Amino acid sequence: MPSVVVEGLTKTFKVPVREEGFLNSLKSLVNRTYRNVEAVKDMSFTLEPGEVVGFLGPNGAGKTTTLKMLSGLLYPSAGHAQVIGFDPSEREAEFLTKVALIMGNRNSLMWDLPVADSLDVRKAIYSIGDADYRSRRERFTEMLDVGDLLTKPVRNLSLGERMKVEILAALLPAPPVLFLDEPTLGLDLSMQKRIRSFVADYAGEEGATILLTSHYMADVTALCERVIVIHRGAKLFDGDLSELSDRFGALKTITVSVTGSLPDVSGYGAVTERTADKAVLAVPRGEVAGVAARLLAELDVLDLSIEDPPIEDVIESTFASGDDQAAAAARVE
Amino acid sequence: MNRLLPIYLVEGKAAVQRQAQYRGAAFISVLGFLIEPIVYLIVWRTVAEQAGDINGYGVDEFTSYYIVWTLVRVFNLALAPGAWDWWVRTGRIANDLLHPVNPYHRQLAGMAGAKVVWITLWIPVAVFLTVLFRPQFSPSLLEGTVFFVTAWAGYVIRFNVLWLLGLVSFWTTRAQALIEVIIAMELLLSGRLVPMAIMPQWVQTVSTWMPFKWTFEFPIEVFIGQLTTAEIWQGLGMQLAWIAITGLGIMAVWRNAIRKFTAVGT
Repeated sequence: MPSVVVEGLTKTFKVPVREEGFLNSLKSLVNRTYRNVEAVKDMSFTLEPGEVVGFLGPNGAGKTTTLKMLSGLLYPSAGHAQVIGFDPSEREAEFLTKVALIMGNRNSLMWDLPVADSLDVRKAIYSIGDADYRSRRERFTEMLDVGDLLTKPVRNLSLGERMKVEILAALLPAPPVLFLDEPTLGLDLSMQKRIRSFVADYAGEEGATILLTSHYMADVTALCERVIVIHRGAKLFDGDLSELSDRFGALKTITVSVTGSLPDVSGYGAVTERTADKAVLAVPRGEVAGVAARLLAELDVLDLSIEDPPIEDVIESTFASGDDQAAAAARVE
Repeated sequence: MNRLLPIYLVEGKAAVQRQAQYRGAAFISVLGFLIEPIVYLIVWRTVAEQAGDINGYGVDEFTSYYIVWTLVRVFNLALAPGAWDWWVRTGRIANDLLHPVNPYHRQLAGMAGAKVVWITLWIPVAVFLTVLFRPQFSPSLLEGTVFFVTAWAGYVIRFNVLWLLGLVSFWTTRAQALIEVIIAMELLLSGRLVPMAIMPQWVQTVSTWMPFKWTFEFPIEVFIGQLTTAEIWQGLGMQLAWIAITGLGIMAVWRNAIRKFTAVGT
């Protein structure tokens, strides 16, 4: 039985239309107009127990809105979801105990008190038994390497330190379902790596189902085999990360080095980088074999490699196209 | 209840710790709360000195009333107007909505815990006012005990009224204007501005059926010994009734309110 089932989930916000200018402000006093903004449209997917899935999309795509509906923070306008057998919109206490939503760059701990005091409050709120509390706190503290932070007031912690203790606090109830919204936002590389490795360990040890949004593709490639890509509230892609390049990466990268000096290679493809004896070419996926064969036949090739473009570029080019029709055609149901 | 008790204890304890961390700021806050009654006290003492008793209130009665007022004020402090606006508008409430316990309990406990520090800081102010104005009343142990109960009950009523009003923030993120209107009503109908005995009879009648009087004047009158036993029992009954009415109101509105949450700012 899937951990998360989402069927036709939709969220529409009614927002006032505010036109500029003094007269329009006066007019809005007596006649206010509204428009509906569909933040999430007819979203459907399932997550199996223990799956770690990347949830990707540009800013404003509807990722966070979806996570908020799945964690019971927002009431959907249409459709429904089921998370470990609960309807999130019912907000049952047992459901809220078993699901955690962690948002990067957010503070849910008591600002002026030592971290340990916030953890004690969590223990009471989530009715965690003494033995479980002690063992989890000890284990997570070690995994996140935050032992020396527990006695410090939250306000004295750096952003990265605060994120680690936020994660520690959120996971004290050992939730089997975890929604991570930009957990590494604004953190330096080593801190990102530490949190990534903790999430991987937690998922492995607890068998937790995790849906992760991140603008850092390193998070996604390190943790997720499967990704769901959304754009303007609608799902564009749901499948293996490796398939994403095949579906959306229209170009492949050929790197060619020659002995001696490199002649003009612009006839083979778009030159993205070039030195005296080496060039990087972007070539349409379907023409790669032919172009590679021509390069080998026509130049004195020292080395030649063919690669998929970095996943960041694939994602960026997918969203940058802005072609809704193409996006709709590429949508995977 | 078994599940809530540890939450009340731990939240109360954390609130004491928070207030104790900033004891200077807390003391200044307490002084700020007390400026209002001291102004009333000085004005009404002056009036009574010149005009004599007003509906049974002379210099001594006004002095006792407003000095006890200062303690009741510390007890019945609840959410500041605008706190709800901020809490919902900035989306900070989202953190609390993710927990399996209604944030009502955490806030009720947190504000109650803070009062332990505020009441401690009130003591030197009370000593100062007593030396300065020499109030004439000496409550018995029983009156003191009953006062303690009525003051906490007054806190719960006032907390509930403001919480219920705060829920309006889920429909409009500018609920502060409404809260200000209610605070103005409270000023007139609670005994906060003047003892209700000074007010016209019809205002006194209206105030009996509103929650405000039971959060301010009733505990004050209990402490300065102005009520009969029957009136005390009647007042306790009204306090219980208002706790139940406002509590049920919160339960009825809460479920619909959170469905309106747009989580903006989170």
